[in-house]
Amino acid sequence: MEDKKLTMYHLYKEMLNNYMQSKSEHTLYSAQQFSKEMLEKDMSPEEVVSLHKSVITELVNDPSGELLDSFDLLLEVMIGYGLAHREHLSLRDRQRQLDSELNVAARMQQSLLPNNKIEVEAVDFGVKSVPAGKMSGDYYHYFVDEHGNIGAAVADVIGKGVPAAMCMSMIKYAMDSLPEQRLQPAALLENLNRVVARNIDDDMFITMVYGSYDSKKHQFHFASAGHEPCLYYSADTDDFHELKTKGLVLGVSSKVRYEEYVRDLNPGDFIVLLSDGVTECRINGEFIEMKHIKQIIRKYKHLSAQQMVDQVYSELEKIQEFQLRDDFTLLILRRNV
Amino acid sequence: MQVHTHVEITSEWGIVAARQAGRKLAREVGFGSVDQARITTAISELARNIYLYANKGQIKIEELADAGKRGIKITAVDNGPGIKDVRRVMEDGFTTSGGLGAGLPGVKRLMDEFIIDSELNNGTKISAIKWLR
Repeated sequence: MEDKKLTMYHLYKEMLNNYMQSKSEHTLYSAQQFSKEMLEKDMSPEEVVSLHKSVITELVNDPSGELLDSFDLLLEVMIGYGLAHREHLSLRDRQRQLDSELNVAARMQQSLLPNNKIEVEAVDFGVKSVPAGKMSGDYYHYFVDEHGNIGAAVADVIGKGVPAAMCMSMIKYAMDSLPEQRLQPAALLENLNRVVARNIDDDMFITMVYGSYDSKKHQFHFASAGHEPCLYYSADTDDFHELKTKGLVLGVSSKVRYEEYVRDLNPGDFIVLLSDGVTECRINGEFIEMKHIKQIIRKYKHLSAQQMVDQVYSELEKIQEFQLRDDFTLLILRRNV
Repeated sequence: MQVHTHVEITSEWGIVAARQAGRKLAREVGFGSVDQARITTAISELARNIYLYANKGQIKIEELADAGKRGIKITAVDNGPGIKDVRRVMEDGFTTSGGLGAGLPGVKRLMDEFIIDSELNNGTKISAIKWLR
């Protein structure tokens, strides 16, 4: 400690002496480098003032007493800056700690999502979900039953970050507790809505679309709780249709009925489930148009469903200059044969 | 006989008097100018807290000598409203004086040892020690 101070003292003295003789930019540059060393050695502003005062007292033959006294006042003023600096360091440490806690939470959240591959001959399936921050308020789910029928869902908690993510995990556990309704979209939403209404604050809302694909009849059944409409792509006409639905968002009232809809799929047709992070992409401050999203999807339709969602994401990411404002989830289910 | 001083804090004048007494003793004990300023700032903050939140109280300043070590101890006592959540006021970024005051975490940083005792509706006692190195 004392050695360190002594070295700093000598270095500073030499530098100040040089400067007073040469007034050179070179010495000022050394001073700038020196300040980094002082920060590294944890020297506070008041210590710097005190150092300056003692060095100048030694260097100048007859320093004016008034001038020297002025440094005492400066030193007193600098105490506050020193405290602010220390507080800043400690807040920075706390931020790092919070960051690492969030990373753990984000990994846990990731583990709530399904990660098995869907291997059903009749269907090509792909999903891409990216949070805007570390944690996501989007949720997706899929599963295959023993007959090759598929259930798939996308949900979006209104809001972002940690509160939305906590809400999302509740949806996951609620879905797990309702296995028997997995292939009945309307019934599933009705049950889920009851759980959500009981368990979340009045100011939180969740939208969700749930669909099930019948691999024998090639029908897509779906119901929606105030979610973004799904898109249906017809290979025959090379056209997209928005699948309009009615249904209140989850959690508003515990008694809500949901209507179930059905759409026949021909080979090559596909269904797109998405969250508002996709439709509310912003390009130069303006929301992207649905037409534009459809164009992008169409551009990659020759690829597999997984490649499609990946490509659509990278293109939307690029046009938004890599700044995601909302959690992004895109899911595609295509009839193969 | 070790020196100790009591200063009554009932106005901003009291704060200045406590600072003065603290600086004088710190100098006598042998603290350098940087530490003198730190000890004085700590006294200032403790005295201000008394003045702002309890209206009145005392600051006690004493010299310490313990196993060859010398130091200075500041004790701030008041019978004010007490602190509801000590953990909270000891958090960085939570300044009770509303302005950019150093707050209690600042006092803790300026000194070597820091003990706080507070009871809701019954007042607060804070002791802080700085050792001479």
